[in-house]
Amino acid sequence: MKAEIRVALVGNPNTGKSTLFNLLTGLNQKIGNFPGITVDKKTGFSSLPDGRRAEIIDLPGTYSLYPKSRDESIVFSVLADKVHETPDLIVVIVDASNLKRNLLLYTQVADLKIPVIVALNMMDMAKKDGITINIDSLSKKLGVPVIPISARRNEGIDKLKEAISYANKFALQQQSIDVKAIAPQLVDAIGQEMQLENPYYALQLAHQHEHLSFLTPEQSSRIEELEGIHQFHSQQAQAAETIARYNFINDLLYDTVKTEQTAQEETLSNRIDKVLTHRVFGFVIFFGILLFIFQAIFAWSAYPMDLIESLFIWMQEGVHKIMPAGPLTDLLADGVVAGLSGVLVFIPQIAILFAFIAILEDTGYMARVTFMMDKVMRKVGLNGKSVVPLIGGFACAVPSIMSTRTIENWKDRMITIMVTPLVACSARLPVYTLLIALVVPNRNVWWIFNLQGLALTGMYVLSLVSAIVVAWVMKHILKARERGYFIMELPVYRMPRWNNVLLTMYDRAKTFVIEAGKVIIAVSIILWVLASYGPGDNFKQIEKKYSQPQYGQKMKPTEREHAIASEKLESSYAGYLGHVIEPVIKPLGFDWKIGIAIITSFAAREVFVGTMATIYSVDGDPEEIQSVKDKLGTARNTETGQLTFTPAVSFSLMMFYAFAMQCASTVATVYRETKSWHWPVIQFVYMTGLAYAASFITYTLLK
Amino acid sequence: MFAHTFMKKLSELEVGKKGVIKEFTDLEMSVKLMEMGCLPGEEIKLERIAPLGDPIAVAVSGYMLSLRKQEASTIILQ
Repeated sequence: MKAEIRVALVGNPNTGKSTLFNLLTGLNQKIGNFPGITVDKKTGFSSLPDGRRAEIIDLPGTYSLYPKSRDESIVFSVLADKVHETPDLIVVIVDASNLKRNLLLYTQVADLKIPVIVALNMMDMAKKDGITINIDSLSKKLGVPVIPISARRNEGIDKLKEAISYANKFALQQQSIDVKAIAPQLVDAIGQEMQLENPYYALQLAHQHEHLSFLTPEQSSRIEELEGIHQFHSQQAQAAETIARYNFINDLLYDTVKTEQTAQEETLSNRIDKVLTHRVFGFVIFFGILLFIFQAIFAWSAYPMDLIESLFIWMQEGVHKIMPAGPLTDLLADGVVAGLSGVLVFIPQIAILFAFIAILEDTGYMARVTFMMDKVMRKVGLNGKSVVPLIGGFACAVPSIMSTRTIENWKDRMITIMVTPLVACSARLPVYTLLIALVVPNRNVWWIFNLQGLALTGMYVLSLVSAIVVAWVMKHILKARERGYFIMELPVYRMPRWNNVLLTMYDRAKTFVIEAGKVIIAVSIILWVLASYGPGDNFKQIEKKYSQPQYGQKMKPTEREHAIASEKLESSYAGYLGHVIEPVIKPLGFDWKIGIAIITSFAAREVFVGTMATIYSVDGDPEEIQSVKDKLGTARNTETGQLTFTPAVSFSLMMFYAFAMQCASTVATVYRETKSWHWPVIQFVYMTGLAYAASFITYTLLK
Repeated sequence: MFAHTFMKKLSELEVGKKGVIKEFTDLEMSVKLMEMGCLPGEEIKLERIAPLGDPIAVAVSGYMLSLRKQEASTIILQ
């Protein structure tokens, strides 16, 4: 359905923009791509009081139209993209308690002469700070509607929707500054060249033409030429513009905003900061919070995970009971259902982890972590802002790599992208839990520490340490393109918006189910086919061999069936594949069955569990449906008759999964974010190399 | 450049002390700082220093901004 009006939401970070977006659109959101630029576009639909449908586009928070990071560069690209479609209306959300800095972006946006509405958020906070705003007078002076709202309390949203539906097709805002004065001849020249009526648009093109995908290379180089002729200096022009805009804003606020000079009592945020960024307590609290999160992930998810697991076993049995025995039933039950259960079982963990990350960001605590860690991170070639992707990496590398867009410095950002996939993501979790449960005894040491929990914590610590070491190495290899800096707002502490947290949980879990589900089903089916059929008449030969009378006498019927099944698996296509790579992985302690799982899990790590489940269901006793753990625990090497999963093999496997780049989505994301195959290839090679070395060392030492 | 010895930089401010921004020594940095509300004539207060000694947090134009000491040293106070 096509929307009747397109509305772009613009504002500084921490102004409640995403809360407003959620209020306007509810669950009616989708993530897509902006035309021309491969950056996520968050859109949603809102029904207006007059019955029309408005498409709301959520743009990344920015302090100015001049981008400092890749994330911010989207804003101007979208507002100015006349090739595709510029929005019909812009809603600028401003923080009433910090009007001056917020209005800078407003004046820039307004000068593009697209119809604008101002949503004045956080009036309650402003009142508390002793700020009174004469809204009518402000609205009159700006020439646009100013709607006071409280996004947190869901107040004023109806008024805002009304204003959107009444919005004029023509831009009525007052001109804020004399744009032509900044670069008089150049603005005219670009305006003539490109037939632009708006001088500010022309000036923005002068500044940003190199990064705008909607300009043709010819247009861009023509602008470059004109800049040379008129001796345009981008930074000087920006400085002059910013000063002019703040002069306008100061005049504007002079008689519309009154600030009471209250006795400067210490704000609550300040008092909290004294504790949370304390020299000693600051770090203690930070590590305490991390520990709590990991404990919670396991403690709280145990029950729902058991539930999901038993649900799938029940489904698997159900399929076998209801459907007639045959290849289709086997495919469904042992291929698809077994594969899916291995993955869906960790939805609870993903949801909990993402909820915690949303809470940390929402409260403003993440910004403090950034503040505290910047110096350490800089030492190893990262940036305070790398902390967010690295912590997010515990959940999933894909959104974390996307969140590096807020890192302004190219080198810092690249290193962060390169090391984030090393952090133990939630997809490794099922692999680790399964293997640890197999070889580490479930008992306590020193009162409260569970051995299995300690082993898992060890894997997490190892992942962070390896990320830091690799970052430090890359710091010395990569060359810096520009100087790095760290200028960041420390937002006021707030209570988390629980709706927002719930929405994030829902959103991530949904994306995970759909994205991972697609891969899992496809891989499960392919794998099942590969494992159930073999080249030539191999399978017939095997059946013929076992139908000979000597097998009928010596073996019990179940034993015979089992022998047939495992011999069939070995001579199936999957078996061939496993045998092909066996020589390469043998030094790591892996046999051909594990080889199959490693191959399939290059698409996604979590596929490992599903693959193991599929391989061992094909192989195992079809009468009895066991959990994956039980199947692996009793699995024996076909040649030696020893248990397959010894501690040496299990730890070697864990090391392999700790380092190997087994995630197609991450490879695709890195390609998308760096716009070249160069980076994902380097990443894939160095990670797989590390994985092989770490596995080899572990196996050799433990064997 | 004798005058430099008398210039007080933001990075030299003590915790809890205020100053007024006079000018910048670095054009590229000044563009970014001004966008964030650090304008000549604006009052600025050093609120705290990060546990490891860098970066710092300042109160400026009604909010809290954090920046590295090296960046703060490009801001000259009156």
